[in-house]
Amino acid sequence: MAIVIVDGQEIEIGDGERLNGIQAAQRAGIEIPHYCWHPGLTVVASCRMCLVETGRRDPASGAISMMPKLVPACQTPARDGTVFVTNSQQVTDARAMVEEDLLIRHPIDCPICDKAGECHLQDYHFQHGREQRRADIKPFTSRRRPLGDSVTLFVDRCVMCSRCVRFCREIPGTSELMVTNRGAHEEIDVFPGFPLANKMAGNVVDLCPVGALGDRDFLYSQRVWFMQNHDQICAGCSTGCSIHVDENQDRIYRLRPRPNPHVNQWWMCDEGRYGWKHAHDERRQTAPRRRDGEQLRVEEWGELIPQLDADLRAAGRLAAVLSPHLTVEEAWLLASYIRAIDPQAWLVPGPVPVVGQDETFGGGFTIHAEKCPNRRGVQAVVSALSDELITWEQFLERAAGEGFGAVWISGGYPAAWHGESEAEQLAAIPLRIVQDIFPSPLWEQAGYQLPGAVFAEREGSYVNFDDRLQSFRWAIRPPAGVQTEGRLFWRLAGRRGMYQADEVLLEVARRVAYFAAAVQPVPEVGVDLKVLSLA
Amino acid sequence: MPDVGATEPVLLALVGRPDSHTRAVYEQAGGYQALRRAVGELAPENVRELVKSSGLRGRGGAGFPTGLKWTFLPQDHPGPIYFCLNADESEPGTFNNRILMEDDPHQVLEGLILSCYATRATTAYIYMRYEYPLAWQRMQAAVDECYAAGYLGRNVLGSQFSLDVYLHRGAAAYICGEETGLIESLEGKRAWPRIKPPFPAVEGLFHKPTVVNNIETVACVKHIVDRGADWFRSIGVPPDPNNPRDPGSFGPKLYCLSGHVERPGCYEAPLGITVRQLIDQFGGGIRGGRRAKAAIPGGISMGLLTADELDCPLDFAGPGRYGCLGLGTAAVVVMDETVSMIDFLENSCQFFEHESCGQCTPCREGTSWALKMMRRIKAGRGRLIDLDLLLEIADSIGIMPGTTICGLADGAAWPIKNAIRKFRGEFEEYIRRTNPQGCHETAPVPALDLVALH
Repeated sequence: MAIVIVDGQEIEIGDGERLNGIQAAQRAGIEIPHYCWHPGLTVVASCRMCLVETGRRDPASGAISMMPKLVPACQTPARDGTVFVTNSQQVTDARAMVEEDLLIRHPIDCPICDKAGECHLQDYHFQHGREQRRADIKPFTSRRRPLGDSVTLFVDRCVMCSRCVRFCREIPGTSELMVTNRGAHEEIDVFPGFPLANKMAGNVVDLCPVGALGDRDFLYSQRVWFMQNHDQICAGCSTGCSIHVDENQDRIYRLRPRPNPHVNQWWMCDEGRYGWKHAHDERRQTAPRRRDGEQLRVEEWGELIPQLDADLRAAGRLAAVLSPHLTVEEAWLLASYIRAIDPQAWLVPGPVPVVGQDETFGGGFTIHAEKCPNRRGVQAVVSALSDELITWEQFLERAAGEGFGAVWISGGYPAAWHGESEAEQLAAIPLRIVQDIFPSPLWEQAGYQLPGAVFAEREGSYVNFDDRLQSFRWAIRPPAGVQTEGRLFWRLAGRRGMYQADEVLLEVARRVAYFAAAVQPVPEVGVDLKVLSLA
Repeated sequence: MPDVGATEPVLLALVGRPDSHTRAVYEQAGGYQALRRAVGELAPENVRELVKSSGLRGRGGAGFPTGLKWTFLPQDHPGPIYFCLNADESEPGTFNNRILMEDDPHQVLEGLILSCYATRATTAYIYMRYEYPLAWQRMQAAVDECYAAGYLGRNVLGSQFSLDVYLHRGAAAYICGEETGLIESLEGKRAWPRIKPPFPAVEGLFHKPTVVNNIETVACVKHIVDRGADWFRSIGVPPDPNNPRDPGSFGPKLYCLSGHVERPGCYEAPLGITVRQLIDQFGGGIRGGRRAKAAIPGGISMGLLTADELDCPLDFAGPGRYGCLGLGTAAVVVMDETVSMIDFLENSCQFFEHESCGQCTPCREGTSWALKMMRRIKAGRGRLIDLDLLLEIADSIGIMPGTTICGLADGAAWPIKNAIRKFRGEFEEYIRRTNPQGCHETAPVPALDLVALH
């Protein structure tokens, strides 16, 4: 074990670990302020905010010899016997100097800046800056220019940390951004005719430690201190990026990546980042309806649920289509409910939307072609309960001939997922229960129209392309009239109280070998379901 | 110190002769004999040892021992090892590389080939300042002549040693003279100096071991191989016995004398000549019979000497004893009594503000803030407190306090420190005279439109 000394505190780090001063101090619970350093990018040591004193403790004598000058902690490796001092007068003065320097030409337009409230420049100024401005220089006005369709640059707010430039070079590998001019006239810019247009461009806004890069989608829509952020999983593709959902009063304002070394590191793609708009789409269905002859009548859930249960029990042979947008828990609840009524019921995984091909970027990040979050989880549930895996296509072909009395179709796809012909193929089944977020041909002919939830309203677990199960809780409440799938299935199954996803997952983990590793509590970064199968 | 004016020039021996830039004239004067001898008789280790024992220190500014720098290269590296010849001479006041390249390019090339032989480099890049078109032409012509004569290319002079030399013209940026900035620029990137370690000797150009040396340094290598280390050590200043870290300052040095002297120019003298000797014996005294007020000892970034300090010896340790940064490029700029220190400092601040690469916050913002303050002072709106603020900026930027990656900020800081500390009276008098109402003000000044211009 290597011992690193931070402000007199001895901390142990693993022998194989390659940490820098900032990371070592983090282990000791000490924050070293920094702008340019980011764990996912190369080190440039240029912002100079992380200056510390360093030295070495002689292993034999225990005597500490310090280096005479300050060093950037981001560039200084923490080895056995390395000493960091982060609270000396020299360090305090250096931080005050850098903070003062960065504010010389900064417009200090926090009241109209989106970053205010989560801005490093603000925070560090309060912690490390001077009380009084000594610079006699008129800050420039708020110049701005778009760098691409999604990002606007507020030129004078920039502190030239170059994180965004390095990101574009190192992660998507597209190198759109660059530094132009020199010295104090430096600006971030794009090459003429080559706007910032890569599929991960939105990350530069999260990376920006100040308000220089603004997300044009989020710009001026919400102050950050009004928003709650919730840990969630992106449902855009089978990568299953860990994300934060930032919402205020059940309205989503933005999604941001949540660091997860096993899935998305620090990033997410723009498709996922802006892929929440359907949650607040006007066309969303919010009223449960039951067909009464030709008429569809809006009913209260309290009356509708017993009726639905009774109709299913009277229908004879059953089938259920389990959408890959369902969580593992929801799929399990629906499958076991349907199977409890008809032990021979068909369980069919819903269609898997595939768009294009998997796209892997230079930095290793992959956007998957499979545009649903939980194909593996749902298939694993179905496989555990059925001998034969019937695909959606096979089901459509054979549905008319099997004499089903009712079929439960769960949807939840953000985009249109079937056409008239599919509706036609299922028309022979007398009772069609369709659970979806948008109207569709199947929805129009349904006997029961059950408005469903979107990803941020769900609770449960998804299994991504790599068999990693990640659990999450709801971030927003569904619109009035919508019953989330989990809650509805919970009630139909006759369980008491509120829907408890973790209770269901425990049950699944006990019953299905594939999920055995998903013991509670599932860590924030998820659990690799392969660990047990490999053992 | 003997009468240095009488010593026979070595580095400048051919300068001034007709067609001194041609191979024919150079060979007539004994050129390329050192190369023939080295390639024929000496192993690369021997040349390295020779240079190491000569005590040659880099002429580019930092004065790092050249032989020691070469020994940092990894042993038995499979190669390639690159050699970068730093001809991005842009320190204000400095023009010795230019003289060598324009008037005696073969001397430079012979030194370069010998240095590459010693370091086992097989490719050399000459990074030349954009503003030197004649030097470019002469160097290119000399390189072509060398290829034709078999001094360059495959199997130099029939030996196993091969060397290719490429000229690269910079785009007029001071920072490209910093060795890692130069490497970045050669790689086609923005010349942002690299963080060290790794040092270029371990990982430099294209991630390979790289040596970066100055033009004058390799020219000295030629003469060391020619005349031996003992000859070289017979010139200059021996190490200070009281300072174990002083390796001494040996060899001849080119001094660039400019400013208010009768005969400005590039002169060769042994290291250790004093500024006063340089002015009197070479420069013909202060122009117009006026008195000296100050002198820059080695390029603007080294700071200032006052008229009382002109006995400062110009060796690697001398200027440091007078509060300057060092010998630098040995470019002496003399200012007579008509020069206003306010003008000098404003000019200096403007240079460094313009040339700061903008990577490190303290240098980028410090140089620009200092310039804006100097402009305000000059415009008659200075305050006495500004001088303390300028000193604070100067004391806190640079490699010395550890707040920047490269030494440019130290160079920006030294003129400020020296000018204000050594001429504080003049600054205070100017501020009091031009801003009688506001000179004692200490509250933050309202922003001025004047200084917001950029």
